[in-house]
Amino acid sequence: MEIFNSLLPELIRIVVCAVCGAVIVFGNALVMGYAERKLAGRIMLRPGPMEVGFHGLYQLVVDGLKLMGKQLVIPVNADKPLYMLAPLLAFAPVFVPLLVLPFSEKIQGFDLDIGMLVILAFASINVLAILIGGWSSNNKYSLFGAIRSVAQNVAYEIPMLISLLAIVFMTNTFSLKEIAAAQSPVWFVVIQPLAFLIYIVAMVAETNRAPFDLPEAESELTAGFHTEYSGMSFSLFVLGEYANMFIVCSVATVFFLGGSSGIPLPFFEYTGIVWFLMKVYLLMFFLVWIRWTYPRTRFDQLMNFCWKYLIPFSLVNLLITVVMVKLV
Amino acid sequence: MIVFEYVAEALFYGFVALTFMGGFMAIRSKMLMHAVLGLAVALFGVAGLYFYLGSPFLTMMQILIYVGAVCIIIVLGVMIGNTPDQLAAKKQERKNLPLALVTCSVAFIGLFVAMILRTHFTAASERVGDMSIRFVGENLLYQYCLAFELISVILLTAIIGAIILARDGREEKTS
Repeated sequence: MEIFNSLLPELIRIVVCAVCGAVIVFGNALVMGYAERKLAGRIMLRPGPMEVGFHGLYQLVVDGLKLMGKQLVIPVNADKPLYMLAPLLAFAPVFVPLLVLPFSEKIQGFDLDIGMLVILAFASINVLAILIGGWSSNNKYSLFGAIRSVAQNVAYEIPMLISLLAIVFMTNTFSLKEIAAAQSPVWFVVIQPLAFLIYIVAMVAETNRAPFDLPEAESELTAGFHTEYSGMSFSLFVLGEYANMFIVCSVATVFFLGGSSGIPLPFFEYTGIVWFLMKVYLLMFFLVWIRWTYPRTRFDQLMNFCWKYLIPFSLVNLLITVVMVKLV
Repeated sequence: MIVFEYVAEALFYGFVALTFMGGFMAIRSKMLMHAVLGLAVALFGVAGLYFYLGSPFLTMMQILIYVGAVCIIIVLGVMIGNTPDQLAAKKQERKNLPLALVTCSVAFIGLFVAMILRTHFTAASERVGDMSIRFVGENLLYQYCLAFELISVILLTAIIGAIILARDGREEKTS
């Protein structure tokens, strides 16, 4: 009984973290899937899903059931174990960053002093998954998509990291909770507007979304790296993508938009999480908005933009930040 | 609390097994792609071992740099480099297999025993710090500053070399 008592809080913590992670990943995919289709419809002057439920509210549930019922087609010449492994590898790592995100001052899985590194490290596994999926499909389109994805992700990881480092230099910590707490008078988006801009651009590229969705450019590569995937193995890629969107938007919120800070709402004790989610979904709305508004860039433009503009500007920004931190 | 210790122990051996399995896959697999992915698995296992050595910072860096960047670059090289499957599947001739086995094992055991006999084993030192980011950073920039800077210079040289190689290739094509 004594062992049980000492075990219990930790066990509850683990179970709660796991359940919340799953709820966030799947709930977010449902909300964003619906919002994306509806917003895309509105932007293109059409109603979007309307048939299933009130204004198509149950569309995503029905779609999910359909995808679960579909056959998993494996191409004859595919590398079977790797082909099955890739969607899992794209989906599984998204749970780890959710553990260290501070949803409010009180709601956080674990406060690590290397929180930012945990997020970046596990986000980088996504590239490996795309690469394995594209290669093992044994399809030219998939391979092209995978190669593009790697070139793009490896390049855009650098300005992303450097723009976040400017914030780390100002706060002297990698812990997400402390970074969020450090911007109590002014948000860092005011002090570091350039870093914020660079991060936003790199964020769009890292999640492989339009206008930087070259890995799955449907006009030239049918569906890019997931051309051969069907049913649940395809939807795991999509779930992973939406979860990654949530994570990068949360990081932007924590680093630049003051985390969970906001005007305290009188009727609700845990106000922080409301503000946090509002900021995150505002950024997600922005992602959807530009996806359906801007045309896709060409690949050389994409790479040039990163190496010739984003990286030098982020380095200059970092240098200025260092000097200012030393002076002030 | 005892249960957690068992879990931790089991996880440790899990990481050791992962490292060895990845290494074995890297050496033995016929396809170059599988070998590289084996390397990624092995490096991930090593990252877990770093965690058990008490340095979460090194763990995350191992995943970020080795699994997330180095392995991906190698895989990209393999994909572009195009290894013919026939070459990969070709069986090597095994004429002198017994002889090779005897030579290798004798040499290995001899060297290993000699190494063990000649090494002067000292007791493991105590953990010197809390291995937090602050500790690692201070050590890198105070005590091991020269090594740190030298590594930076080497990396800079590598980047410049890569740029020079890439530039030449592009000019050749356009002319």
